[in-house]
Amino acid sequence: MLSGTGPESPVPTAASGGGGAGLRPAGADAGQGREGTYGEYGGRFVPETLIPALDELETGWREAKDDDSFRDELDRLGRDYGGRPTPLTLAERFAPGKRLYLKREDLLHTGAHKLNNALGQALLARRLGKQRIVAETGAGQHGVAAATVCARFGFECVVYMGAEDMRRQRPNVERMRLLGAEVRPVEFGTRTLKEATSEAIRDWIATVETTHYLIGSCVGPHPYPEIVRELQAVIGHEAREQILQAEGHLPEVAVACVGGGSNAIGLFAGFLADDVRLVGVEAGGAASLGTGRTAVLHGSRSSVLADEDGQVLDAESISAGLDYPGSGPEHAFLRDSGRAEYATATDDEALAAFRRLARTEGILPALEPAHALARVAELDEEVVLLCLSGRGDKDLEEVLSR
Amino acid sequence: MCGPDTPELAEAAAEGGADLLELGFPFSDPLADGPVIRRAAERALAQGMRTGACLETLAATRARLPETPLVPMTYSSLLEAYGWERFADDARAAGATSLIIVDLPADERADLRRIQLVAPTSTDKRIRLAGERTDGWLYLVTLTGTTGARDGLSPTLAGLVERARTATKLPLYAGFGISTPEQARAAAELADGVVVGTSALEAAERGPAALRDYVKSLRTALDAAAVPA
Ligand SMILES: Cc1ncc(COP(=O)(O)O)c(C=O)c1O
Repeated sequence: MLSGTGPESPVPTAASGGGGAGLRPAGADAGQGREGTYGEYGGRFVPETLIPALDELETGWREAKDDDSFRDELDRLGRDYGGRPTPLTLAERFAPGKRLYLKREDLLHTGAHKLNNALGQALLARRLGKQRIVAETGAGQHGVAAATVCARFGFECVVYMGAEDMRRQRPNVERMRLLGAEVRPVEFGTRTLKEATSEAIRDWIATVETTHYLIGSCVGPHPYPEIVRELQAVIGHEAREQILQAEGHLPEVAVACVGGGSNAIGLFAGFLADDVRLVGVEAGGAASLGTGRTAVLHGSRSSVLADEDGQVLDAESISAGLDYPGSGPEHAFLRDSGRAEYATATDDEALAAFRRLARTEGILPALEPAHALARVAELDEEVVLLCLSGRGDKDLEEVLSR
Repeated sequence: MCGPDTPELAEAAAEGGADLLELGFPFSDPLADGPVIRRAAERALAQGMRTGACLETLAATRARLPETPLVPMTYSSLLEAYGWERFADDARAAGATSLIIVDLPADERADLRRIQLVAPTSTDKRIRLAGERTDGWLYLVTLTGTTGARDGLSPTLAGLVERARTATKLPLYAGFGISTPEQARAAAELADGVVVGTSALEAAERGPAALRDYVKSLRTALDAAAVPA
């Protein structure tokens, strides 16, 4: 739920502005300097054509955040349409000797946390008077969430998806089409999320007057990283209350997988001001925070897999949702400041964790959060909170073929 | 797009009547570019056209064309990696007249002297800002979209020229979507010059003679155009 009693400790946002209970007020400065930046990261590195639309989006977002009716509608949709609050499940057989709590975003409508963001941005797009939504997708979960909200609100919907991802996440392609979205294959370059994102942005450059770009993670030009983080913060705020109820105290560590970083930043948002260790887990072949360097990709400066000339490198992961060479600017900032740490898991480790969760808990996770699950056993802490960001139905073919 | 043949091609374009040449420094994820320029960038990168090689290409081109203004056109990530100031300094030392950085709007890196771009979606305030900060001339993006040939001249150019005239006294050059002599002539009746990317690139792929002829066809059309009021 977005309303209700959350922690009173303020959490950083990229810029000032009020907020309701779910959309947290800006407060403690995480070190952001200029508007829209997180330390040296963030900003707006896009063609001039998009700048007025980003200004309009920022203004619309500030007004919406402060508008009770917007927050109420979002809370209501999250609850009655999405199924929030999602439960917290103790996974004793998966992690013996620990108290591992899974925040069950896999049980959210459409099967992943992506809906939190899509619902909020759909309301925003309607406020801005847009008729058409364009989105990119990797695993297809964001594409499905976008197609879902477009069906629900009557927007035309175009989703760009890399041809390789269309192959390995086929059930989601079919879902998007059934929901009325047009899925446009991207046949060049990596044929994955990086290229799909570029094509979605190119579409937006040409259609910006009528179209809202529904970005799927906390990446992109300002104000997107802030908007997505605030819309996903419901994960962390709910989980905080739930674990306090279950354990009587906060978790020692909060863990989430990081593709662009939206489920992780949403989880972390509930605990930034607390004495809780924060761990993000990237795919070994897509460790933009672990082994990346500062570069500019998709409109913001962040930690990116890039060569010494600033050319972006191809990521490599079994998980389409983590197979992205960039990451949100706030994560790069949290890494540099030491507030969060970033680890990696290999394809094989993720597959093993996938199988183990299925056999020990009766839950088929998506391959993305399986990366986070893979790092749980070696954590020193006992009380662990993990964001189970999505369910594994989309990955069955990929897992069975290995 | 920078490549081994660039100096020769640049010379051919100048012979055909080009007053100024943009040299693309390829980037892996060129958001403002349509398929033709994107593919050219992919090919250039595959041939090893990294920043260092592009600067050498620029210097070699300058050696052949001592007078023609040469302007590298690229994306922020290259400058971020190379060092923003260092890039500007080394480009100038290699013969660059100015820079165009497609994904660097006027309010980012205000200190970096460069040719600013404005678009039909730009507000008057932003056009004024770009006009104040631009280096020598203002680049008018004729249409709301990415680079690539279009059937006709964008109808939004006229309004953009009118707004830009009130914001700056500097010359206005119109680019994006201009490919035929007819379009070039129509654009030149509004603006002070035209920038042709995609179609020049396609002509260059057919060799120096084809590029020279293509540029000449544009030149002839421009010379017949009425001078803007
Ligand atoms: C289930 C699931 N988890 C995680 C991700 C990665 O995205 P993010 O890092 O933005 O949460 C995806 C992306 O598609 C996903 O589908």
